[in-house]
Amino acid sequence: MSEAIEPDIDVDALKEQGVDLEVAEKVAPERDIVTKVGEALVQVQDLTVKFGGLTALDNVSFDINRGEILGLIGPNGAGKTTCFNAMTGVYKPTSGKVMLEGQLLNGLPQHRITRRGLARTFQNIRLFGEMTALENVVVGLDARHRTSVGGALLRLPTHVREEKTAIERGMALLEFVGIADHAHFLSRHLPYGYQRRLEIARALATDPKVLCLDEPAAGFNPAEKEELMALIRTIRDDGYTVLLIEHDMKLVMGVTDRIVVLEFGKKIADAVPKIIRDDPKVISAYLGEPEDDLA
Amino acid sequence: MSTTDGPTLIPDDSSAQEIADREAKMRRRKGWFPGLSDKWNALPRQTQWLFLIIVVVIAYLLPILNPPLITTEPGNNWQIALAQMSVYALIAVGLNVVVGYAGLLDLGYVAFFALGSYTAAMFTSPDSPYVHIPYLWTLPLAMAVAMFFGVVLGVPTLRLRGDYLAIVTLGFGEIVRILATIIPAMKGQVGFQNVGHPPGTDSAGQTIFQNSNGTPWYWLTLTIIIVVLLAAGNLERSRVGRAWIAIREDEDAAEIMGVPTFKYKVWAFAIGASVGGLSGALFAGQVGFVNNQKFDIATSILFVAAVVMGGTGNKVGAILGGALVAYIPLRFTAIAEFKYLIFGAALVIIMIFRPGGLLPARQSLLAYGRLAYNKLRGTNGDIPASGKVVLQSGKGADK
Repeated sequence: MSEAIEPDIDVDALKEQGVDLEVAEKVAPERDIVTKVGEALVQVQDLTVKFGGLTALDNVSFDINRGEILGLIGPNGAGKTTCFNAMTGVYKPTSGKVMLEGQLLNGLPQHRITRRGLARTFQNIRLFGEMTALENVVVGLDARHRTSVGGALLRLPTHVREEKTAIERGMALLEFVGIADHAHFLSRHLPYGYQRRLEIARALATDPKVLCLDEPAAGFNPAEKEELMALIRTIRDDGYTVLLIEHDMKLVMGVTDRIVVLEFGKKIADAVPKIIRDDPKVISAYLGEPEDDLA
Repeated sequence: MSTTDGPTLIPDDSSAQEIADREAKMRRRKGWFPGLSDKWNALPRQTQWLFLIIVVVIAYLLPILNPPLITTEPGNNWQIALAQMSVYALIAVGLNVVVGYAGLLDLGYVAFFALGSYTAAMFTSPDSPYVHIPYLWTLPLAMAVAMFFGVVLGVPTLRLRGDYLAIVTLGFGEIVRILATIIPAMKGQVGFQNVGHPPGTDSAGQTIFQNSNGTPWYWLTLTIIIVVLLAAGNLERSRVGRAWIAIREDEDAAEIMGVPTFKYKVWAFAIGASVGGLSGALFAGQVGFVNNQKFDIATSILFVAAVVMGGTGNKVGAILGGALVAYIPLRFTAIAEFKYLIFGAALVIIMIFRPGGLLPARQSLLAYGRLAYNKLRGTNGDIPASGKVVLQSGKGADK
C-alpha cells in the first residue's frame, strides 16, 4: 500500500484509449430512475446467508447511492460473491432484505431482478460461446424487448423494429467498451480481455440502474487494469451506478468513491477509500495484526 | 474461459489478426467441405434464393425422376419411401427445436408423434366410435393436442436439467405407448384401419391420396416442411431463438441476463411437440393404419439419432438426418435388419470425426445481422484497423 491514486477523469486520455464518449449517449437510453443522485438506490438490510451450519454472510447492511462507484472488498472467503449472489437472486437469503428504489427484490426470479435494473457480470467469464459478440449483447438487450413468440413467428412490426434498433444499440455498446471491430467473432474465440469487456457490454445492454461487476480485473496485467479503470469511470459518468467487487487494492482505491469491507461474512468498515486505507481493522484483515511488522 | 487461452493483452493491432487466425483454424478443423458455409454466407441473398429454389424444385420432382442408384426400387416403392423420408425429416425438424436449439435432451419425442397419429386415427377411422371430422382438420388438431401435452409434460419437468430431464421424457414416451395398449378406446394392437386422407379425385375418378401412392403424400409433407422451416427460421432470428441458444450455452447466465428461461424452455417443448404431432398425423394418413407397435423407445432414440447425425441445431442438417434415417433401411434392404447396429456405428464414427454432425452450421440469430456483419468484415474479410465502425442504418450498405 503505497501512493494514493487520485481518481481523475481525463477526457482526452479516455478518447486515446478508444473510449468513445459520443457513443455513450446512444448507449444510455433515457432512464426512469426515481432516486436522485446521491440518494440510496439499493438498500441491503441485515442480509444473512447460511449454508447449513456455515454463516457465509452475517447481518450485512449497506446502501448503494445513485451515481457512485461502490467497492466491495475483503480477503478470500469473506463473502463478497455470496453477497452478490444473494442480491441478484442466485442464492436465497436466510434473512434480510434487498431493496431497489424501495422495492423488495427478495424472492423474485433472477430474470425479474435483472429487469428491475440490477445487472451483473461473472467472476469466471460466462459468455454464450457459440454466439457472436454482437449476439451476446443482443441477448442482454432482449430483456427490454416486447416481442412475443407469435410476433417473432409472423415478423410483426414490433419485432422488426426491435431487431433493427437492437443491432444499432448492440454495436454502440460494443463500441463503448471498445470491441466493436470484433462484433462478428464467436465470443469463445475472443481473447480474454475482450471477453471481460463483452461481459460488461452484455450486462449494460439490460439497461441496468445498478451494474455489479464481480472481479472484472481478474487475470489482467497492470496496463489492462488501467484501461479497465477508465472504462468503469466512463460507465459511471454515463449515469450508471456501479458496485465493484475487486481484489486488487490499487484498482479499488483508484476507482471507487466508497468502499465496504467484509471479513468472515461481517461488515467491518464502510467509508471513503482514504479512510479505509488507514483503518486498522481493514489492515489487520488483509495483512494480519499490524505489530507483526509486515513490510 | 478455457485454460489454454491465457490472458491476452487488451486491444492492439496484432490481436485482431490473432483472432482471425484462431477463427480460421477452427474452421479448418471442421473438415470435409472447407469453407463451404463461409462461401454460402458470402453469396448475395438473391443467389442464395436462386440456389434454394433449384433445390426445392428438384425435391418436388424426385418422385417423378426416380433417379437410378439412389432409388429404393425394386426392394421398396420409391414414392412411398419418399413419403416416409419426408415424415422423418419433419420429425427431425421439430425435434431439432428442442434438442438442437434449446439443448433439452428429449428421449420421449415419439410420444408426441404417437399423439398426432392417434388424433388423426381416432377422428377419421371408421373403426373409431367418436366424432368424425375431415382429415385435413386433424392436422391442426393433432398439433394442438400434442402442444397441450408438451406443455403438460414441460411445466413440471423443465425445472430438471440434463440427465434428469432425459429420464423423465423417456418415461413419458413409454407412458403414452403403454396407455395406448391398456386403454380400450385406443384399441392396442388391433389399432385403427382406414385412417382418413385429404379429399380430391383425379380425372379418372381415382382418389388422389391413396395409401399405395406416395407421391401426393410426399408433396403435401414437403410443402409443410417448407412452411415449418420458414417459421423456424423466423423464430431463430428473433429473441426466441437467441433465448434458446443462450439457454443451451449457459442456462444460469441466460437467466441472469434477463431471459425467462423456464418460459422459453416450455415454448421449445410446445413448439417441438406440435411439429411432432403434425408429423404423426401425416404418417397416420399416409400409412392408413395406426396401432401401438410403432411408438417404442427405439423409434424415439432413432429420432434423436437423426438430429444428431444431421447436425444438432441446424434445421437443414436435421432434414438430411431424418431423411437418411428413413432412407438407409429402405434402400439397403439386405441390411435393414441391422439398422440399429449400423446407425449406432455411424453415430460413433460421426461423433469422432465430425462432432457437429453431417451439416454443422451456426445459427444466425439476428434478423438484420447480415448487413452489420458484412460491413464489419469490409471487403475480402479485412477488418478496418481503426476498429471504428459506426452503424448508420441504410447508409453505406451499397459501399
